[in-house]
Amino acid sequence: MVMVKIWGSLTSATDGQAEVEIEARTLKELLDGLSEKYPAIRPQLERGVSVSIDGRIYNDSWFQPINPDSEVVLLRRIVGG
Amino acid sequence: MSQIHVTTKINGDTTEYLCDPEETLLDVLRDRLGLTGAKEGCGTGDCGACSVTVDGRLVCSCLMLGAEAEGREIDTIEGMADGEKLHPLQQKFLEHAALQCGICTPGILVAAKALLEKNPSPTEEETRYWLAGNLCRCTGYDKIIRAVMDAAEEMRRAS
Amino acid sequence: MPLDDHKAGDARQFKVVGTRPLRPDGIDKVTGRARFGADMNAPGMLIGRILRSPHAHARIRGIDTTKAEALPGVKAVVTRADFDAADDSVADIVDNCMAGEKALYDGHAVAAVAATSAAVARKALKLIAVDYEILPHVTDVDEAMKPGAPILHEGLSNETVPDGVSQNVSHRVEFGHGDVDAGFAKADRVLERSFKTAATHQGYIEPHACLATMGADGIADLWVCTQGHYMVRNTCAAILGIDQGKLRVTASEIGGGFGGKTTVFLEPVALALSRKANRPVKMVMTREEVLRATGPTASTSIDVKIGMNKDGKITAASAELRYQGGAYQGSPVDMGAMTAFAPYDLENVKTVGWDVVTNRPKQAAYRAPGAPMAAFAVESVVDELAKGFGLDPLDVRLKNAAREGTKSSYGPTFPAIGLEATLKAAKEHPHWTAPLGPNQGRGVACGFWFNFGGDTCVSLNITPDGTVTLTEGNPDIGGSRASMSMMAAEELGIPYDQVRTVIADTGSLGQNEVTDGSRVTFAVGLATIKAARNAKKVLCERAAMVWGIDPEAVVWEDGCARPAGENAGKFPPMSLKEVAAIAANTGGPIAGHFEVNAEGAGVSFATHMVDTEVDPETGAVKVVRYTVFQDAGKAVHPAYVEGQFQGGAAQGIGWALNEEYIYGKDGRLQNPGFLDYRIPVASDLPMIDTVILEIPNPGHPYGVRGVGETSIVPPLAAIANSVSAAAGVRMTDLPMSPPKVLAAIQKG
Repeated sequence: MVMVKIWGSLTSATDGQAEVEIEARTLKELLDGLSEKYPAIRPQLERGVSVSIDGRIYNDSWFQPINPDSEVVLLRRIVGG
Repeated sequence: MSQIHVTTKINGDTTEYLCDPEETLLDVLRDRLGLTGAKEGCGTGDCGACSVTVDGRLVCSCLMLGAEAEGREIDTIEGMADGEKLHPLQQKFLEHAALQCGICTPGILVAAKALLEKNPSPTEEETRYWLAGNLCRCTGYDKIIRAVMDAAEEMRRAS
Repeated sequence: MPLDDHKAGDARQFKVVGTRPLRPDGIDKVTGRARFGADMNAPGMLIGRILRSPHAHARIRGIDTTKAEALPGVKAVVTRADFDAADDSVADIVDNCMAGEKALYDGHAVAAVAATSAAVARKALKLIAVDYEILPHVTDVDEAMKPGAPILHEGLSNETVPDGVSQNVSHRVEFGHGDVDAGFAKADRVLERSFKTAATHQGYIEPHACLATMGADGIADLWVCTQGHYMVRNTCAAILGIDQGKLRVTASEIGGGFGGKTTVFLEPVALALSRKANRPVKMVMTREEVLRATGPTASTSIDVKIGMNKDGKITAASAELRYQGGAYQGSPVDMGAMTAFAPYDLENVKTVGWDVVTNRPKQAAYRAPGAPMAAFAVESVVDELAKGFGLDPLDVRLKNAAREGTKSSYGPTFPAIGLEATLKAAKEHPHWTAPLGPNQGRGVACGFWFNFGGDTCVSLNITPDGTVTLTEGNPDIGGSRASMSMMAAEELGIPYDQVRTVIADTGSLGQNEVTDGSRVTFAVGLATIKAARNAKKVLCERAAMVWGIDPEAVVWEDGCARPAGENAGKFPPMSLKEVAAIAANTGGPIAGHFEVNAEGAGVSFATHMVDTEVDPETGAVKVVRYTVFQDAGKAVHPAYVEGQFQGGAAQGIGWALNEEYIYGKDGRLQNPGFLDYRIPVASDLPMIDTVILEIPNPGHPYGVRGVGETSIVPPLAAIANSVSAAAGVRMTDLPMSPPKVLAAIQKG
């Protein structure tokens, strides 16, 4: 089980919770788990998110491992220039 | 509208071409003579990327007609090195990392060469004002100014 | 992502990394030989030109191209009807490249022609008749949010936008933690300020240009100046409805990008024209087209509220950011909201962002997209509060600085970061205590950027004579080829000049993320190092074969294969050249490659310090001294790191003092040229001093952090703070052009 932090405006999709618990060992399992538990979050996930795992940002790496005690933060998709 | 026949000298070589009356010297250099070192950054004489010298005078080639080159001596970036021997300005630009993307570099080198021919010991301020007509978006000009002044010193020592 | 065998932070003795060799493309660039986007021609090529809307907002009732098609010399004409194969994922991009139902901004492309000369093409454009129904327009971000504002796209707002808010708002986002109201209640002083920043353009000196050749079978070649030729390939393929593998894109040298060339404008149009005419088509934008119809950054309207105690501690901070990204959704407001308070360790913080559309060109990324404007607002308020309490602005920032272990304002906890190091370096620098002259003032500000990694492929190939070709897929916009060669040379233990880095076309490697996000030295560097290590394994195996020993018993050191220890046997070392010479005898050509989605980039913090002199009679602001302090993790080629610091600072100075998009009441751009869109020139700036800090990034074998973007984030606020100190006026509206500064001085 992993604790995931949800940004302020997105908590409307997670019943107002800023932190939710998801069964996941990889990034993909995390996103799939969020999608299943909180269907209202799906449009945002489809639009794209970045995920910070222990302070490092991941955009697409499905099989990036997540430890049970990892800090996981859902972020808006980050784009550079 | 018929084309105009022009005879001129470019980088020391006698050159002939035909051009449309409204064609700029920049268009002629790039599209008819294969000398693509001069660049079009704005087409209105504001960026200096098209700089050449005409009878020793620094000019934006986008502001001059191809037909006006008749009987003149044009010097472009392609004529700056002497065979495989780079001009001191070119060498110093490399040593000081005075270029990042390099698009403004030909124009700045031509302009800097014209400066040093007129004033072999420019101050930093004089160098900056002389080059104010050459836009660079990558470097912030710092390393460019250092390179020009370093080249000036080397050229003074060599002469 | 496995880390280096050395722990980042170990004092590894580099032989090549950290030195300043000459760049490999240097001679080409100082002699004019280097070929940029517009420097390529093809036999039989046509010239393409675009017809653009003169209206800021208009319904296109019909386009009649018959007269243009009949003009002798015209070989193809295209309109939106020629792009019906485009898939939904690129809907906004297609619409921006070629208007469909509506023209959404002054300069929006509505049709294009390919003809035997530029003169014929220009004539043909005049013969195209477009039936416009002019609609009311809106160009200001706050105006566009008001009820009753002209609407660009019905139904644009998504589920995050509350009812009753204008349909010009695509989404709303909110970040933060803690309780800002409680935090403000505790503060000795709460300051609220509102700010506006004008839209600016990346200002690259090279206009967009490409040469397209496409056959009826869908097989195509494209030469283009771009920050990402793989992106161009994939986007054009999606727009034209062809397989990605059919389109081979070659990146020319690029004359500046800064984010503005991370998307497409001309390219799908050139390909469509070429397909229709069955001839190569060259398209080059004029400067006017670049400013009117490529991707400037957002103009913004920002409210900031910060509570601070008299000892300098910030008790709470909030910001509301409204950004307009042109006629389509996607302004960088999310990133502005995430980076606004990033340099601070805050218990209570809240940022809200609104993404708004207006009748302006579709924005594109510009160096740390969204961050400079947010930093301008926040750093100005921090400065004003600090000054109000008589506190040293650097000390206030040190007191509240984010560190390793700080929960950032956008969520994640920071690993090792360099902000404090930059602040301390700033305090100790002679600039901080240098005397100031009359009408002069000093300002400081901090900035932050995430940086990233992304898809990367590198192939390192060893030639029979033992030299090395490094094939990578990222256009070199700032000298990165030199850094790649340096890292390969470092790993292989060979001289720098034995490595040639080549940026290959899209047919040579699978996929590469665009050159952006300050990613190249980090990600391509990491892949280069891994590819070199793979090559070393093969080199060792070959030596092992020759020596008749186990490959595990061979190591690569100082450019040679050597037996691992006494027990492995006594064999003289084999240099790279010696192993390469027997490649064919031992199995075949030797290479190493590495493909990765390089995530885990390290963030980069900076502090900027600037002295300005304000002329009280004209309001003109002159920058008299500037110093950049930024964390680079590990500077592979220090001269190019300095170059990034200086270039970003110069763009920030232009943004702060002169640059702005000026729209008339008719919604048309008034200043689409370099005379009136005034970027800094050599006489505007002093030397820009740089101090490189190195707090290694654990995610890169050498500790490299991206540096290209952070340096544009602090200058806007640093200059505003400096002007405040010099002239006693707090400027909240960018640019701080002379008439505005003068008006503020006279009012005060």
